[in-house]
Amino acid sequence: MNDFEFLENDFEFIGDKQDIHTDAVQPSKPFLKDVWERFKSNKGALIGAILIIIIVLLAIVGPLIVPYVFDAVDVSQQSMAPRVPLLENLGFMDGTGGIKEYTGQFADAYHYFGTDQLGRDLWVRVWEGTRISLFVAASAVIIDIFIGMVYGLVSGFFGGVVDNVMQRIQEIINSIPTLVILTLLLLVMTPSLYTIIIALMITGWIGMARITRAQVLKIKEQEFVLASRTLGASDFFIIFKAILPNIFGQLITMSMFSIPNAIFYEAFLAFVGLGIPAPQASLGSLINDGFNTVTTTPYMVVIPVIVLAILMLSFNLMADGLRDALDPTMKEM
Amino acid sequence: MDKSTLKYIVKRIVMAVLTLLLIILILFTLMKFMPGSPFNVEKLSPALIARLEAKYGLDQPVFVQFFNYLKGLMVGDFGISLKLMKGIEVSSLVSSRIAISFGIGLAAAAVGTAIGVVLGIVAALHKNTFWDTLATVVAVIGVSIPSFVFALVLLLIFAVQLNILPVLYDVNTPIKSAIMPTLALSVGAIANVARFTRTEMIEVLRSDYILLAEAKGLDRGTVIRKHALRNTLVPVVTVLAPIIINLMTGSMVIEKVCGIPGLGMLLVAAIQGNDIYVVMAVAFLYSILYVVMMLIVDVLYGVIDPRIRVGKGD
Amino acid sequence: MAERDRILKIRDLKISFKTGNGSFQAIRGVDFDLYKGETIAIVGESGSGKSVTTKAIMGILASNGHIDSGTIDYAWYDENTGERHERDIVQMSKDELQKEIKGRKIAMVFQDPMTSLNPTMTIGKQIMEPMIYHYGKTKEEAYQRALELLNEVGITDAEKRMNNYPHQLSGGMRQRIVIAIALSCDPYVLICDEPTTALDVTIQAKILELIKELQVKKGISVIYITHDLGVVAKVADYVNVMYAGKIVEKGTIDEIFYEPRHPYTWGLLSAMPDLDTDDDELYTIPGSPPNLTQEVVGDAFAPRNQFALNIDLRLDPPMFDVPGSNTHQVASWLMHEKAPKVEMPESLKRRIQRMKKEGAK
Repeated sequence: MNDFEFLENDFEFIGDKQDIHTDAVQPSKPFLKDVWERFKSNKGALIGAILIIIIVLLAIVGPLIVPYVFDAVDVSQQSMAPRVPLLENLGFMDGTGGIKEYTGQFADAYHYFGTDQLGRDLWVRVWEGTRISLFVAASAVIIDIFIGMVYGLVSGFFGGVVDNVMQRIQEIINSIPTLVILTLLLLVMTPSLYTIIIALMITGWIGMARITRAQVLKIKEQEFVLASRTLGASDFFIIFKAILPNIFGQLITMSMFSIPNAIFYEAFLAFVGLGIPAPQASLGSLINDGFNTVTTTPYMVVIPVIVLAILMLSFNLMADGLRDALDPTMKEM
Repeated sequence: MDKSTLKYIVKRIVMAVLTLLLIILILFTLMKFMPGSPFNVEKLSPALIARLEAKYGLDQPVFVQFFNYLKGLMVGDFGISLKLMKGIEVSSLVSSRIAISFGIGLAAAAVGTAIGVVLGIVAALHKNTFWDTLATVVAVIGVSIPSFVFALVLLLIFAVQLNILPVLYDVNTPIKSAIMPTLALSVGAIANVARFTRTEMIEVLRSDYILLAEAKGLDRGTVIRKHALRNTLVPVVTVLAPIIINLMTGSMVIEKVCGIPGLGMLLVAAIQGNDIYVVMAVAFLYSILYVVMMLIVDVLYGVIDPRIRVGKGD
Repeated sequence: MAERDRILKIRDLKISFKTGNGSFQAIRGVDFDLYKGETIAIVGESGSGKSVTTKAIMGILASNGHIDSGTIDYAWYDENTGERHERDIVQMSKDELQKEIKGRKIAMVFQDPMTSLNPTMTIGKQIMEPMIYHYGKTKEEAYQRALELLNEVGITDAEKRMNNYPHQLSGGMRQRIVIAIALSCDPYVLICDEPTTALDVTIQAKILELIKELQVKKGISVIYITHDLGVVAKVADYVNVMYAGKIVEKGTIDEIFYEPRHPYTWGLLSAMPDLDTDDDELYTIPGSPPNLTQEVVGDAFAPRNQFALNIDLRLDPPMFDVPGSNTHQVASWLMHEKAPKVEMPESLKRRIQRMKKEGAK
């Protein structure tokens, strides 16, 4: 006991000077701020988000900053290689290697991504195409969320026979390969921007429906629903109010994963010749066109492929980060 | 195999057959809605078209046509190619291509699963080290970048630049020709399997029964081999189905990129040429593959996981 | 009891964990002893470090855990010569630990029997595994022994059960299996980590009885980890009350239940469910356990202690011996001679009176 030095008031009660009834826990952060913090700390997700923003911006302003339009056919500028100011001085993207050279009246022309076989500027076409690919994917996914939610809600809420029938329908649609559905639908519906969206939509809603239904079933079991029902509240209203916040995170994550998927399917359709009809372009149709001359002018296919790859990678990275941020239980330890 | 397992398997098979029937019905209906005539209308007189339709039974009521078609399918008769290769039976058109397509698909699935499982387990066992990071990066890239991109990259490197592999598929050197498409296709599978295996393995390693196995005084190797591995691999079987689907979609594009005379190429050509019986035959084959894969995965899962095997018997 | 034979001697054990948010000390200096054939209980709230302590004894700490200091001396007698050996487990290599200690000399029963058995391996294989592994028994020997074990833990139809998978058995049965596995290599020490928490109340008592019975029969020592004082009362000879990685009070079962000295123990006892409690003012422990990621200055319990002294904010109390007992020790400045005298709450006093009466019956 000798190694302790005691002070005068050591053996007095602290008494009311300390409030023993407060829980000394870490200050809790608001949910969204917490999510944002976690998201920020995930480098991959952050890079993905930044790349997506850059690509979206380029898709919007890219075509505006050059003096070309996406469907201006000009045979005299056929298959010119990419030429970018500054970079050309480094011997990279200096306009050599194409069919037509940057000479004569085009000595001062710059096609950042070159031109295609019809002499259309690829910079404009790539960003126009990106815009269309993004538009197709985003609209398909938004409609998916909507349909899936309604389907899952109805199926889970009514239960019984309704649920049974709806589940079987869902199972059957799910057991036909997406690829088969997509190709057949587009055979029937002559490809256009909107039919492609519809085709993607038909196969994409199932995941959303499943999440919603599972959540409805879970919430239906909970006691507060029973309690509110005895008080005379409409349970549809209760479930709707209780479900939305619960599946919000999952739906966001799911749609983030679905967007690259939809982009891929769109590209795939274009690649098998069921894409957006010319002269409009999507990333897929650009890749398809460029592929025909892959051995002579590889840039025509390489550039849209890189944009597509970055886009899909970024969305996946961001979705990963988002999932971890919204559901941190999966991480740590 | 006990009775309940058998009952479960029979139930699943009946379900699969019903699904296939339904798929055929849907396919058939869709084909009926397809715009345009199956014949080269421009070049033919109305009388000739009528005769052709009579010859192929297209003048009969739709449901009769459906049953005729169904009857044909039973004996492996998919009808006749009306456009691509006029007059040739679709079955012979298809059969030569099945081997190539499914061969490459299976090879890619096998390569992808094997590498993926190893990668996932290594990553899980060395969590938060270089190997883990490597596996994660490979997985993210593999999952998010479509296989035809890899095919293009491989094509540009090995065929165009280095010239060691053929640019187009060569029937005379099937193995050499299959390397590129198999590799390109397997990347996605590797990524999916690795990702899933890693998560599963980490979960399993964290479980109480692994702690109990360690508390028994078993060495780490035994714990992993005897207790962790099986419990990890059981659920991995479930991701095989979606992986096979990915391979199917991927293979259509890959076949085009690598010039493989497979089912995918045929489907693309048939779609573009409006050759309805060929389209239906290939779509049907893809559906069969898909449904059968799902069936196998389900049954396999039931067989290797005792919880399901007994539980489903009710 | 004549000569008490000490099997386990733990001194000044300190364990820390590394996490994403830096490292924290989970165990901040734990001492206790375990004697042959006796049962001790370690009691505390979740997060107090009771499980971590026993996992350290077993050498199955999570990979981010590290023993910073301290000794865990383990003693045993050579089977042939009868010679007494004593080794510090902390100093043993992983290999030695795995070959010599885990499963063979110290075995463990986990909290949740639903998750602690391998779902894809038959019961029989899981029981036979350690015997074949450690003692090189043949399959037949191991099988016979496993049947015996199943009978010992009270499982009927043992032969049939050997081929069952865990999910085919009830929770109580599974916990019996886990006990059979633990006993398969004839350990000297059995660690039971909340062995009954996940079970139905009716089965709880049966499992506790089973463990007690086997303990007497085989002469093994048992460490119970629990937050349930009801369990402690039924099984333990000695009790260690743990708070925030330290033992704050230790003593015989009577000392802890009838003469508790630490305000935290008072709280635990008061919080025990009791049919007769009709007191309006039940003594409860306010607040929640401290965040160990920050260094604790002074007595970790002070912020929740209504009898906290000024010194508690500065200095961590040492273990004070309770006068008149050589087993009862308390880590609280209230035990210091200069400290003001504090009585346990009235309601608890009444409660203890009642318990004593019932105990006397």
